[in-house]
Amino acid sequence: MRFDVDIGKRVMAQGRTFDLAVKFCIETDRLALFGPSGAGKSLTLSALAGLVRPDRGRIAVDERVWLDRARGVDVPTRARRVGYVFQDYALFPHRTVEQNVAAAHSHWWPAALTREERHEIDALLESFALREVRRSYPEQLSGGQRQRTALARALAARPQLLLLDEPFAALDAVLRLRLRADLMDVQRRFAIPMVLITHDPDDLVECAESVVTLKDGRVTQNALGIPSNAGFASRAAG
Amino acid sequence: MLEAALTPLLLTLKIAAWATFLAAVAGVAAGWLLARFDFAGRDIVDAMLLLPMVMPPTVLGYYLLVVLGRRSALGHWLETNLGLELVFSWKGAVIAAAVVAFPLVFKAARAAFEAVDRNLESAGRTLGYNELTLFTRVTFPLAWRGIAAGAMLAFARAMGEFGATLMVAGNIPGRTQTMSIAIYEAVYAGDDALANYLVVIASLVCVVLLVMASAIVKRGHLRLQRP
Repeated sequence: MRFDVDIGKRVMAQGRTFDLAVKFCIETDRLALFGPSGAGKSLTLSALAGLVRPDRGRIAVDERVWLDRARGVDVPTRARRVGYVFQDYALFPHRTVEQNVAAAHSHWWPAALTREERHEIDALLESFALREVRRSYPEQLSGGQRQRTALARALAARPQLLLLDEPFAALDAVLRLRLRADLMDVQRRFAIPMVLITHDPDDLVECAESVVTLKDGRVTQNALGIPSNAGFASRAAG
Repeated sequence: MLEAALTPLLLTLKIAAWATFLAAVAGVAAGWLLARFDFAGRDIVDAMLLLPMVMPPTVLGYYLLVVLGRRSALGHWLETNLGLELVFSWKGAVIAAAVVAFPLVFKAARAAFEAVDRNLESAGRTLGYNELTLFTRVTFPLAWRGIAAGAMLAFARAMGEFGATLMVAGNIPGRTQTMSIAIYEAVYAGDDALANYLVVIASLVCVVLLVMASAIVKRGHLRLQRP
């Protein structure tokens, strides 16, 4: 997938001003946004998803233009078809695991799922080892189960792109190793391009094919910084 | 005795139910708008909407008479076009009670909407929800307990309404004489038996409402803390 991003946004919070000016153009299926906290990684990811609107600039993914402020183009989030795994997972607390995973299909109440959708949800629950907890509520789950539920929910919407905000930050070291492997497995099985945010160099080695390094709202390194032992070819374009 | 108490009680319940319904619809809409949109003058709008809570009910009643009375443009229009005669009718009492009860729902709804994690709404958007779906599937289900508790208080407040109701709807036994006004009249007329009777009924209804409101809030609390 080809990412062509050139955006700027000024954010004011608690009397401080933060200027984001991010520009990169990369063709890759596993992109990492890397950098210290406060570098603008989450803001960039939110802009990709359309959850925040940049003040200026353009976002194009493959041939689709999602944002072009100069031309007044701003495709709403619901039409961008991105799966988003939030840092705190943002699972709906009033819905069971099963209902969370089916959330993309049940736009109205009562949730009327077609047989096909039913099968799809069951398959997802099965493949993410969530069958046992399908009737549990998110606050009853372990950290790993929560993350798998969030992943399954995002994938159920059949997104074209998966966005992950610090997917391993909330987990302990042992779980992190396992879930990195799980995530790579998911990415291969669903053949879905993904962008993930991380501040952990180990995540780059394990999960990323290309890296955009951010600092103070700016790109400092483009598609660099992948250790050679990562085993992935870095395919930078631009 | 029973009938003397039953008529004002039923009338009061009818007026309070309608008033709560109107106040809830307006309060949820206003609460959502002020919780979600930061516009110039938001604080002023907020203060204006809370005014009925601090203003003397008789002052409110006077304003309502001026705005809705037969001689006002709005009152005239309502009467000729919709056949709505508000002054000295139970519908006028509904308007008066709704205005007085509105801030209670509005305040509760705004707080409840502000407590909904914005990330959950973002998650809904990435799952393909439009704004209406987002509200019905995510925002409202997470905020309804707070809103319901506010509506209970609004109902209790509407039941106890006296000043504004008396100004707008008057004191017509069987038509606009609510519990509060009937109690006042019974005491004034020296009918202690009827006054006692009415006071006990009113107190019981209020206690039941309060217990229900706190049960709703507590149940939501437990749900979030479940192991």
